[in-house]
Amino acid sequence: MIINKLQLNSPDDVGSGMPRPPQARPGIRRRELMLTTATTLLFSTHAVLARVVQDSLPWEQNAGSPPTEATPGPWTYFTAEEGATVEALVDRLIPPDPQTPGGKDAGCAVFIDRQLAGPYGTAEELYMRGPFADGTPQQGNQSPLTPAVRYREALAALDKYCRATYAGRSFTQIPDNDKDKLLSGLEKGQVHLEGTSGRAFFELLLQNTQEGFFADPVYGGNRNMVGWKMIGYPGARYDYRDWVDRHNERYPLPPVGITGRPEWVRKAQ
Amino acid sequence: MKMRNLMTLALAAYMTGTIGAWAAEDGQSFEKIERGRYLAVLGDCVSCHTAPGGKPFAGGAALETPFGALIGPNITPDVATGVGAWSEEDFRRAMHEGIGRGGARLYPAMPYPAYTKVTRDDVSAIWAYLRSLDPVRNEVQPNQLRFPFNVRRPATSTWDLINFQPGVFQPNPSKSDVWNRGAYLVEGLGHCGTCHTPKNITGGDRGSEALQGALLQDWYAPDLTEDPRTGIGSWSIEEIVRYLKTGANSYDIASGPMAEAVSNSTSKMTDADLLAIATYLKDRAPRSGRAVTALAAANPRMVAGQAIYEDRCAACHSRSGAGVPNLFPRLASAPLIQSVDPTSLIRAVLIGSRAVATSAAPTAPAMPAFGWNLNDTEVADVLTYVRNTWGNAASAVQPEDVSKLRERLSSR
Amino acid sequence: MARKLPATDVLIVGLGWTGSILAHELARSGLNIVAIERGPWRDTATDFPPAYAQDELRYHIRHDLFLRPAQLTMTFRNRASETALPIRSWGSFMPPNGVGGGGVHWNAETWRFLPSDFQMKTHLTERYGEKFLPGDMTIQDWGITYDELEPYYDKFEYLCGTSGKAGNIKGQIQTGGNPFEGARAREYPTPPQKQPYGPTLFAQAAKDMGYKPFPQPSGNLSQAYTNPLGITLGPCTYCGFCEWFGCGNYSKASPQTTILPALVRQPNFEARTQCEVLKINLDGSGKRATGVTYVDTSGNEWEQPADLVLLCAFQLFNVHLLLVSGIGKPYDPRANEGVIGRNYSYQVTSSVDAFFDDKIFNPFIASGSIGMCIDEFNGDNFDHGPHGFVGGGYMGAVQTNGRPLQTTRTPKGTPRWGLEWKEAVAKNYLSNYEAVTHGSCCSYRDVYCDLDPTYTDRFGRKLMRITFDFHENELKMSQYLTGRLAEVVQKMGPRQFETKPRRGPYDVTVYQTTHTCGGAIMGADPKSSALNRYLQSWDVSNLFVMGATAFPQNAGYNPTDTVGALAYWAADAIVKQYLKSPGPLVQI
Repeated sequence: MIINKLQLNSPDDVGSGMPRPPQARPGIRRRELMLTTATTLLFSTHAVLARVVQDSLPWEQNAGSPPTEATPGPWTYFTAEEGATVEALVDRLIPPDPQTPGGKDAGCAVFIDRQLAGPYGTAEELYMRGPFADGTPQQGNQSPLTPAVRYREALAALDKYCRATYAGRSFTQIPDNDKDKLLSGLEKGQVHLEGTSGRAFFELLLQNTQEGFFADPVYGGNRNMVGWKMIGYPGARYDYRDWVDRHNERYPLPPVGITGRPEWVRKAQ
Repeated sequence: MKMRNLMTLALAAYMTGTIGAWAAEDGQSFEKIERGRYLAVLGDCVSCHTAPGGKPFAGGAALETPFGALIGPNITPDVATGVGAWSEEDFRRAMHEGIGRGGARLYPAMPYPAYTKVTRDDVSAIWAYLRSLDPVRNEVQPNQLRFPFNVRRPATSTWDLINFQPGVFQPNPSKSDVWNRGAYLVEGLGHCGTCHTPKNITGGDRGSEALQGALLQDWYAPDLTEDPRTGIGSWSIEEIVRYLKTGANSYDIASGPMAEAVSNSTSKMTDADLLAIATYLKDRAPRSGRAVTALAAANPRMVAGQAIYEDRCAACHSRSGAGVPNLFPRLASAPLIQSVDPTSLIRAVLIGSRAVATSAAPTAPAMPAFGWNLNDTEVADVLTYVRNTWGNAASAVQPEDVSKLRERLSSR
Repeated sequence: MARKLPATDVLIVGLGWTGSILAHELARSGLNIVAIERGPWRDTATDFPPAYAQDELRYHIRHDLFLRPAQLTMTFRNRASETALPIRSWGSFMPPNGVGGGGVHWNAETWRFLPSDFQMKTHLTERYGEKFLPGDMTIQDWGITYDELEPYYDKFEYLCGTSGKAGNIKGQIQTGGNPFEGARAREYPTPPQKQPYGPTLFAQAAKDMGYKPFPQPSGNLSQAYTNPLGITLGPCTYCGFCEWFGCGNYSKASPQTTILPALVRQPNFEARTQCEVLKINLDGSGKRATGVTYVDTSGNEWEQPADLVLLCAFQLFNVHLLLVSGIGKPYDPRANEGVIGRNYSYQVTSSVDAFFDDKIFNPFIASGSIGMCIDEFNGDNFDHGPHGFVGGGYMGAVQTNGRPLQTTRTPKGTPRWGLEWKEAVAKNYLSNYEAVTHGSCCSYRDVYCDLDPTYTDRFGRKLMRITFDFHENELKMSQYLTGRLAEVVQKMGPRQFETKPRRGPYDVTVYQTTHTCGGAIMGADPKSSALNRYLQSWDVSNLFVMGATAFPQNAGYNPTDTVGALAYWAADAIVKQYLKSPGPLVQI
């Protein structure tokens, strides 16, 4: 069939004739086959429906999926106690120093809270089908629990451990030295939490804390871009053409976040 | 399926031939229909008379006016819903006098104040072409104006007395044939002034300010005069031709309504006609604008604007405002950037914009929307910076203007 | 029950690099083409504008542009004696998703393979003797030569506008380029990108040691470029958001910036996005593909008949679709028979981390493919006789990014948290440098893909199972390469440096590269290859399979240039040979 058609249909024939009608939403046509209403969108932070693209590149005004800014205010996932504990934890993982705030003031706990309340916390995008079995370290995390649940269980177990070990005191109430010893014990697998892997929780917490310290401030951490300022990273910039061959020189401009930087605001005249 | 595909393709391939055969029966010549088809491209009839995704010329594209919406009627030869019952004389009166079949006055959204300049011969060819189309049955309610504008217009209207000068184009014997062809196209079929000429309070052209730039549908159709700052004074004839033919030149890329005009009309014009248009445009006087001084770089809104520009705009348009031909419009010494009215600029920053694609310049880059990222003052300041840097000079953009446009665009 | 749609001439599964190339080449023949893409349409201004394209958390850490493992993953084990478990979250490699595929989020390192890479088995056997190769190594010749592929490399590079310096034009060695490369017909389309401080220091050190450093060929362009399709790309701005990210300013070669604007204008082409192909359908004989069955976002199943099926998904998914569709004989490692899943391979990368006292490298001023490299230790550019391994790789100072979550390296012995960590990060961020090797990976009898007996996807299809570990040959190679690299790095004058050769076992949780290869390889013998030299299925002649799926083993280079060249090579064969006379293009 293909051969016959090729003979009849030279490339020059295609598209001759009438001018094409303009389209309000160029390039997009939802056809009969796509019209069924989708009640749930799979895998969907930014999911769109199946569609047919033809004629021109799709485009719509205001198109895009910018991040939603984490709003200040109360905890969205943690309880007050959990929140306080996580603040204490992140402030030991990244302690304050004279130049740079610690994890707490940098917003790492807020960052983790907002992350756990979203698709990350619910492992919505991960493969979570069973059966679940422990494998080798090379096979990766096989926990059936979502990050949000892992935090909840581990924080409860940590609290239990602290109260049992430190005369009824919670993590927030023990001295920094003890906090560090405890964290070190978790890291090395020497401190055992009930019903959960202390070591796995430590790894998760350390990863999320550093995320909160270095991710864009739009997610609630790295407040005032303190993490970036600490290391000299200029942030969400997109043009270093003037600097690529200026070797061994310090880049002069301050960091910028997705939502901007203070210099965007007009100074009063 | 195979068979149907095959037939569709065969139909497309042999359509020209089919038209020829049909036309012969109709007493029309193939040549005349083909000429009419090209004239309809010059007049960009398809833009207003075709609904999104609809059959060409079967009507239905809404034109928003300050008085309400007007819908381009069905101009296929369907008897019940199109112009099948019309005579050629009916059509000529519509084109030349703005009077529809049955004596009703058309609304000037149908650009008869421009089409009146089209020669009888050309009108006749367009008519022959329209007659050759397949009739499409499609009922269109063209008049969706608000009261009192929706009341049927009398045959002699005050509007026309003020705004309409009937009469076929008269060549200027002191100018070249190329110039005269250009004038005929710009003032007549091309109806450039419909968008680019400022309007008076009734919506008619301000004749003394022809092609000096005008606002419509929240787009600013820029100044087409020789003004070196806001117009095309710095564009060569070749650059104008390239812009119209490909949608892009060393300075700019068409988007918005002009993207549609390029796509449907100018990109399909002959090089000779494009040269004529450019020749005529280059020979017109610059607009009578006042001199404008650039804002000082130390002005706080310029300082803030520069910070935003470097963080959000320079990655494409470059720190020097030079842009990249065919990809990122040049901002330095760019007429549209220095327009009297910054509406198109505010619009592009707020909601983004897609450039036109033509076969000669298919890239069709898009400007992202920044309305989510920049507040009204930030949009105003970055545009003020762009309008007053690299040799540009134009009025500052006010946050209130951004705010109003944002509101209008979000209510659509 | 799937509803049957009207037939099309050509059905393309996956609209990434190869799908776009094939669609564009075939559209010019006037055939009706439907491309079915599992992910969304992706467009620069909409999906990665330079206002939030540079979001490390979203794109790098949370994998926003990649396939969701919830949608489809695979299981993994190091060896057949273990039970494979699902890869629940991506780690070692990042399967792409959406229009543009991996072309959206690659680093754009655009390398050709060496001429000897295409005859690896023959070449090595002739030079070192059969016994030099380990008994379980299953490397093969490709069935094509470099010279045959050269015009198609050229075509892909001129599509992309690749920035580089030729080292060998028609046999003439060019100063400043890679003197080891195969002869190319002409210079790169655009000059090399600018080099930051680190690569400049590296190049000087390498030169002082007698090596011949050259700029890495880059798909992030040194200047604006309009390709033969009329599409314009902009100049790279060295933002350092390439791999894992979409490019926000049209300066990285991708289907979006080089093909799609022209492709969508072809009236005989249409793309259906967010539609997942479940299987390739066969007729009763099992020798002819009749089309595919796919499911849309509403969960509706559709059958799309087609005369010609082009499998253009990512390497792993090509193999998976062949397995679940029952096309070709599945590979059985015990019997050493069968072809689907055979010769799976990867890439062997390593690094040397160096810490300096008096240098500011500004690591954030980066592009996915700037850098200065040397090729003395790639392929068979050096005598392997004394070393007891085969293969090699390029090495160099490749400054891809300074994103803080990825590149806050600290010297060995630094605690991973606390004040000491914080101080070390602050101190070393601007003044540390990582140089890398990019090594080949041979194929082995016990490294393969098949269907997992236990785990399924959401449609009930069996997941694919990967059985993979590094072999001694590769670990020796990495040890050797990394040692040579360390010598150059040492000459750059660091305070301290750490040599990090690749060590086993292979860890699927640690990112290395997305250069998974093989599983349905090309070759000359249908007993040991799934595809003939035109990437046509030996078993189903109206099916062609694109991508690194066809690599019999992986060379010491990034694969995309070769993937693109093979796609053009196959497209040419389809247009010039297959369409004139549909059927097997190679008679056995």
